Amino acid sequence: MSDASAVRARTTQQKVAATLRRRYRAERRFRALGVAAVAVGILFVVFLFWTIIARGYTAFAQTYIQLDVSYSAEELDPSGNRAREDLEGANYQALIKAALREEFPEVTERAELRKLYALASSAAELTLRERVLSDPQRIGQHERIWLLAKDQVDMLVKGQVDRSLPEAQRNIDDQTIGWIDRLIAAHQVEKRFNARFFTAGDSREPEQAGVGGAIAGSFLTLVITLLLSFPIGVAAAIYLEEFAPQNRLTDLIEVNINNLAAVPSIVFGLLGLAMFIQFFGLPRSAPLVGGLVLTLMTLPTIIITSRAALKAVPPSIREAALGMGASAVQTVMHHVLPMAIPGMLTGAIIGMARALGESAPLLMIGMVAFIVDIPKGFTSAATVLPVQVYLWASSPERAFVERTSAAIMVLLAFLLIMNAAAVLLRSRFERRW
Amino acid sequence: MQTSTIVIAILVLGTIAYRLGRRRSLAVVGGPRGISQLHSLPGYYGLLTAVWCALPALGVLGAWHLLDQRVIVEAVLAHMPGGVQALPADQQGLLLNDIKNVVQGNVAAGDVAPAVVAAAREWQRLDTLSRIAAAVLAICVGLFGGTLVWRRITPQLRARNKVEWIVELNLLLCSMIAILTTIGIVVSVLYEALQFFRMVPVTEFLFGTKWSPQMAIRADQVGSSGAFGAVPLFTGTLLISLIAMVIAVPVGLFSAIYLAEYAHRRVRTVAKPLIEVLAGVPTVVYGFFAALTIGPMLRALGQSLGLTVASESALAAGLVMGIMIIPFVSSLADDMITAVPQSLRDGAYALGATRSETIRQVVLPAALPGIAGGVLLAVSRAIGETMIVVMAAGLSANLTANPLQAVTTVTVQVVTLLVGDQEFNSPKTLAAFALGLVLFVATLLLNIVALQIVRRYREQYE
Repeated sequence: MSDASAVRARTTQQKVAATLRRRYRAERRFRALGVAAVAVGILFVVFLFWTIIARGYTAFAQTYIQLDVSYSAEELDPSGNRAREDLEGANYQALIKAALREEFPEVTERAELRKLYALASSAAELTLRERVLSDPQRIGQHERIWLLAKDQVDMLVKGQVDRSLPEAQRNIDDQTIGWIDRLIAAHQVEKRFNARFFTAGDSREPEQAGVGGAIAGSFLTLVITLLLSFPIGVAAAIYLEEFAPQNRLTDLIEVNINNLAAVPSIVFGLLGLAMFIQFFGLPRSAPLVGGLVLTLMTLPTIIITSRAALKAVPPSIREAALGMGASAVQTVMHHVLPMAIPGMLTGAIIGMARALGESAPLLMIGMVAFIVDIPKGFTSAATVLPVQVYLWASSPERAFVERTSAAIMVLLAFLLIMNAAAVLLRSRFERRW
Repeated sequence: MQTSTIVIAILVLGTIAYRLGRRRSLAVVGGPRGISQLHSLPGYYGLLTAVWCALPALGVLGAWHLLDQRVIVEAVLAHMPGGVQALPADQQGLLLNDIKNVVQGNVAAGDVAPAVVAAAREWQRLDTLSRIAAAVLAICVGLFGGTLVWRRITPQLRARNKVEWIVELNLLLCSMIAILTTIGIVVSVLYEALQFFRMVPVTEFLFGTKWSPQMAIRADQVGSSGAFGAVPLFTGTLLISLIAMVIAVPVGLFSAIYLAEYAHRRVRTVAKPLIEVLAGVPTVVYGFFAALTIGPMLRALGQSLGLTVASESALAAGLVMGIMIIPFVSSLADDMITAVPQSLRDGAYALGATRSETIRQVVLPAALPGIAGGVLLAVSRAIGETMIVVMAAGLSANLTANPLQAVTTVTVQVVTLLVGDQEFNSPKTLAAFALGLVLFVATLLLNIVALQIVRRYREQYE
């Protein structure tokens, strides 16, 4: 008997010993798979950000060329009376053309001249116009002035054009490159901080396009979203958490909220199109409609986080207030809500961050239009940052690639700020009971 | 007069009503000394007056503005020279657009027909009239409501209870918005979809294999009969979602296992948020990444291997969508794994199991229902994802299972059909709503099933 058990014990031990190495190998393999998965995840993050930053950082500088412009009186003001209307309507392009001809006197042929004129952006005319209008004394004088260069020049200066390619495969020919090199050698080309990128609206010309209009549009849209979704979401959360009786209606509301949280955002776009635009006749492309759609989309998030914030307030607070004779509404409004507000704000910020990054539903309601002007109000046509990214990403010009990446960087910066604010708020006001 | 001015005016009126109501409540009991005779604190009398003054006024104003544009349109059309009413709806729409443009000053009045200019004048006149009428009506209603309550203030008036009743009612109404949204989605999508199914039979839509929504402008055009068989879209969607899940489930699951079971706490506090950064990146960024980085990369890779990869291959879109979903899967799986009671693990260790054996044979089976629910939620995410596929997947409706070819998805078609000009009487526009309906129903079913599973699982260990 004892012999038999000893044999069995030995065999069990032997069995274990025999398989142990295999089992440990399996253990290491499994563990390595886990490490690999985490590494892959982190690698994706790094790769994603690296490609965006590597592509986009150059857009924060823009190429300018220095030209000797003469504000010729016969071109700008042939009548000589310095009337403002005349100066506003004058042909400033001619000044730039003249300056370029002066810079490169050997170019005389028409086709070549056209290429030469393409060195300067059409925004350069506006610069000259502004200078003349602000000080009409300049007429008849000379000035060395830095003017915005065309996007092809910009690309070349930033080294994004492969000079070793055959001429036919580049969108900039050898002659133009020669001119630019001559300007560079004469220190007449300079890269400057691209302030225009943050203030200008959209443009067909890459060198003039900026995210200013999109930022304004995003801001207006988010104002509507916040003003509607925060109060409504908090009210709904208070009702469900503090007042709702256990009945069919309450169940129905809860089921609806949970399902809406997972409905694809594009369906909200369909709702916005059919309901707000088609049925109620609200204007297309307007931040008002965009805000309404995003409100419906973010409401579930805000309700859910607000409920969590209310749940975190201990029942003893309520009991104490009720015991002192406060009514149910007074208890909630005077005691529970103030304690839950930081948590609710955190949820609202996260909801707003989601709304800021959302673009699919906004495509449906026409916020994809090409809009040059910076939106002035809630009903004027506008676009938002992520949609601007989408629009630029589908533009064929090479120069829009870096602008798209730069716009993404701006968008991510805003998201980072919002999320950091949420984290800060949470750590600052979080209370453990 | 601007609507915002009227709103501010109403709010000012409400503030005045508050003061008057409060003062009257004190007056009826003979000053602050008699306050104990009041049923409620004086502030509640003020609030009651203010609420009865401002809420009806705002309600009237809102309702008016929801409806006035339609009335104005009717009136303007009625005023225009004869024959306009007889025009078909789309031409009327064009005309209205012209008029609107003149009204908003987008077009100089000199460039359009005099009848349109006259109509635009009429429009402006009616609009001004309507705004003034709305303002007068709203303020009258506010004054009436406020006065009504103000006159009824007595010490016996249960002001606090009434105010609280109104507060609770408003809270209820706010939470009803969730139901209203669902109803709104169902009604608006279903209504347009039904109109679509009147033109294209449901069976053809659901089981047809040819999708080319371009309608012929001329009868003799080639290849523009307008076929609405959505099967290629469904298979394309499923293909891309499948690729996404093939990426996201193993990576997400294994990183969740590692971070929950193996990793040192310090590693966890760094790695977990880092992976979750992926969840906060806007989808349009992924779309850009897929279209400009992953797409060309796969193409070059395919070329070096001798494969032809379409520049808008399903693989690129699916791969990037998988990256997007990784944090979704990993954080859900993490929740489920940490919810498994420690006693189960301890039991397995006591029997001599290694860590990986415990995880594979004890923890994962216990967490499996929850993880399955999470994966279903992730699938519904993938199906409804729009921007990545719009930017990185193609438009050609190929019926293929080859991930190197271009496919199109339901969401891509919804976007392409609806961006730009829409005519709500052509099957092309309405088809988008039919697709939206399919999308809504599919994701709804997935979500309901997934949430049920997750909830049942959570209850098991609580």
